[in-house]
Amino acid sequence: MYLKNLRLHQFKNYQKADLDFSREINCLLGINGSGKTNLLDAIHYLCLTKSAFQSMDNLNVLHGGEFFTLSGEFDLEGKNWEIRLVVENGKKKQLLRQGKPVEKMSEHIGLLPIVLIAPDDTMLIKDGSEERRRFFDGMICQVNHEYLEKLMRYQHFLKQRNALLKQFAERGNWKPAYLEPYDREIVSLSKYIAGVRSDFLLEFQPKLLEFYRFISDAQEPVGVSYESDCMEENFMESFGQCLQKDIATRRTNMGIHKDDFLFSINDFKIKNFGSQGQQKSYVIALKLAQFQILNQQKGTKPLLLLDDIFDKLDDKRIGKLMELVADRQFGQLFITDARPERSRQILSGMKETDVRFFTIEKGKVAAVAQ
Amino acid sequence: MNFPSKLIENAVNEISRLPGIGKKTALRLVLHLLKQKENTTIELADSLIALRTKVRYCQVCHNVAEGEICDICKSHRRDKSIICVVEDLPDVMAIENTGQFQGLYHILGGVISPIQGVGPDDLKIESLIKRVFESQSSGEAVQEVILALPATMEGDTTAFFITRRLKETGIKVSTIARGIPVGGELEYTDEVTLGRSILTRVNYSLD
Ligand SMILES: Nc1ncnc2c1ncn2[C@@H]1O[C@H](COP(=O)(O)OP(=O)(O)OP(=O)(O)O)[C@@H](O)[C@H]1O
Ligand SMILES: [Mg+2]
Ligand SMILES: [Zn+2]
Repeated sequence: MYLKNLRLHQFKNYQKADLDFSREINCLLGINGSGKTNLLDAIHYLCLTKSAFQSMDNLNVLHGGEFFTLSGEFDLEGKNWEIRLVVENGKKKQLLRQGKPVEKMSEHIGLLPIVLIAPDDTMLIKDGSEERRRFFDGMICQVNHEYLEKLMRYQHFLKQRNALLKQFAERGNWKPAYLEPYDREIVSLSKYIAGVRSDFLLEFQPKLLEFYRFISDAQEPVGVSYESDCMEENFMESFGQCLQKDIATRRTNMGIHKDDFLFSINDFKIKNFGSQGQQKSYVIALKLAQFQILNQQKGTKPLLLLDDIFDKLDDKRIGKLMELVADRQFGQLFITDARPERSRQILSGMKETDVRFFTIEKGKVAAVAQ
Repeated sequence: MNFPSKLIENAVNEISRLPGIGKKTALRLVLHLLKQKENTTIELADSLIALRTKVRYCQVCHNVAEGEICDICKSHRRDKSIICVVEDLPDVMAIENTGQFQGLYHILGGVISPIQGVGPDDLKIESLIKRVFESQSSGEAVQEVILALPATMEGDTTAFFITRRLKETGIKVSTIARGIPVGGELEYTDEVTLGRSILTRVNYSLD
């Protein structure tokens, strides 16, 4: 799959921009703050209906503007897809596919697979469990639509249940029976979601190990394991026993929103015991494994967005990634770099490949070169 | 916005408090009224005052009524053994327009959604339970409750909650069918609806 062109209107620091891409490598060059990452985000938006960095849609409208639009033409295994997204202050976000409005944003997720490797990926290791759940959920949702629907349902019921617990406290009357409709959904959806997550890891784990070894040239075993109470035989009872605590804390203390994914190296937590280099290799391996899973399950190569990687990675890991590029493991690639000469030099070896360089200056595409 | 007169300003302010009406639209309506005969405005105002001061809610089903009990509940031609539970007034009007239902209604006044501050106590759920229970010892026992609630997660939650509460009575609780609209193409029906219509398929009848 590849993106043929992209048009932005009042998106972040772009008034208007129009880009035609190479179906192989696209290199976005420009000084810090010029708008390189914003372009990657525009692509992310068209594929997944949301920003990779900013969850409030209206903050992505050009300062002083009322709306933004993004449009792009994708080629998905020979079929042309015209995607257009409109965000207008105070209105519902609108997505058009082949000119027709898509009713539910969730319908679009999974059509156009995408993987983003970004400088702050090590957050996946360092931050709390929410980042890790978001990463795995995001990936599973792209390949499993039922999972996506059920996860959204879960999040909705969880919000309702927590709101009810708050209401109990505010009104000073406790009616546990009122929780029953939510408990029932939360318990059964938790079981389903935990089951899918755990099956998914069985597939994910060997790929992670394979890429870790490739990137780091090291033989130490790395792994990821899933930690959840929701698959226990007596989960329903445990959930019920949590009621007093739920009432006291005014929120739900059990369920898949409490799960975690444990990243390990030599059977120890990588967060505490992994060196900087090991952590870097680990997160790249996570993303490459994601790429391969999406590739296999979607039957097409996802777009790969590499944000600032030349800056954040050492020469050895860059060399490894470029081996994969040269080996044609990836499909279309978007690379950002604040140092043009570096990118040109790294990519100069790719003789057989169509590499296009875009020079970005303050929200404008100033030059394009082959 | 600056107004040439305090009278206009007051009217605009009041009208713009209605949902979906901004100051500009309100001003347009005010100027429109000023151009019409005086009576037009007087009749409008009178009808609104009458609406607000005279409308009562039926003590049985919470439909609008002019007295204590609404016309539907009062009618001898309606089947008192079956109650259709709906979210709000427009649903009653919609079902009445189909001409397919001869039973009584029960208007909840919303669906359960704690996020919006609506818990079971904020709706006419207890009154429904009481109504059904009390009917059992009268001559006109309720035999079936039809839940005609929105096909949303809140609608489902409310349906579950009511069904649970009615369980002890042992009466039949049903829910309206959800599926492909008449004249609709399968191809364009969303997956969830299509899936559901297959699960809740009905026997094909030759009659
Ligand atoms: N809604 C918005 N309206 C206007 N400008 C915005 C908006 N959102 C972000 N920006 C601007 O976009 C610029 C950042 O763009 P971006 O992150 O794409 O830069 P970059 O080229 O990737 O820089 P770096 O090399 O530092 O990563 C900032 O100057 C920021 O102020
Ligand atoms: Mg950047
Ligand atoms: Zn009535």
